[in-house]
Amino acid sequence: MMEFTIDSAMIVLMVSLIPALIRVIKGPSLPDRVIALDVVASIVVAIILVHCIRSGSLYYLTGATVVALVAFLGTVALALYIRRGGAS
Amino acid sequence: MREVLIYFFLFFGAVMMLIAAIGCLRLPDLYTRMHAATKSGTVGIMGIVIAMMIHVGDTSVILRGMLVILFFLLTAPVAAHMIGRAAYRSGVPLWEKTCVDEWKKQEPDSEE
Repeated sequence: MMEFTIDSAMIVLMVSLIPALIRVIKGPSLPDRVIALDVVASIVVAIILVHCIRSGSLYYLTGATVVALVAFLGTVALALYIRRGGAS
Repeated sequence: MREVLIYFFLFFGAVMMLIAAIGCLRLPDLYTRMHAATKSGTVGIMGIVIAMMIHVGDTSVILRGMLVILFFLLTAPVAAHMIGRAAYRSGVPLWEKTCVDEWKKQEPDSEE
């Protein structure tokens, strides 16, 4: 029962990557793509945490923290870039 | 009882992430998309981290999980605010059914 639950949560997370990636591809402007990439980074952090539950290895928690930190820094850098004129 | 709690929080978090992704695809506007992405994404991460904390039950893991939750609660509003402000100033259009735009009445470059 435990493995079934963890596998189905993993499948739900992987399915939820698809709409976010569609928005990354077809987003009309650059901020749309930045927001969608933020969602993708959150889903990747969630997948890493579910894999941490599944494999029982606790080192992945540090990796999830690092991925969240890098996603935040990337979002802030792109926000400053858009504000200074961006790719227009 | 503990396993039921783990299942509940795991599915809650995963479904919240799915709602965030669908909202990011389906909503009509940058600003409404941002609202869906930020709030549901934060709640989804919180659910999965709580499930992991219940599953492991160790003090160091609980502390690090609370660190992850605190980090998301701090950074998600900041990132969304910066993106929304930069997008409005660079001229991303609002949805045509938007009825309140309070920043339009001021001067566009009043703060610099």
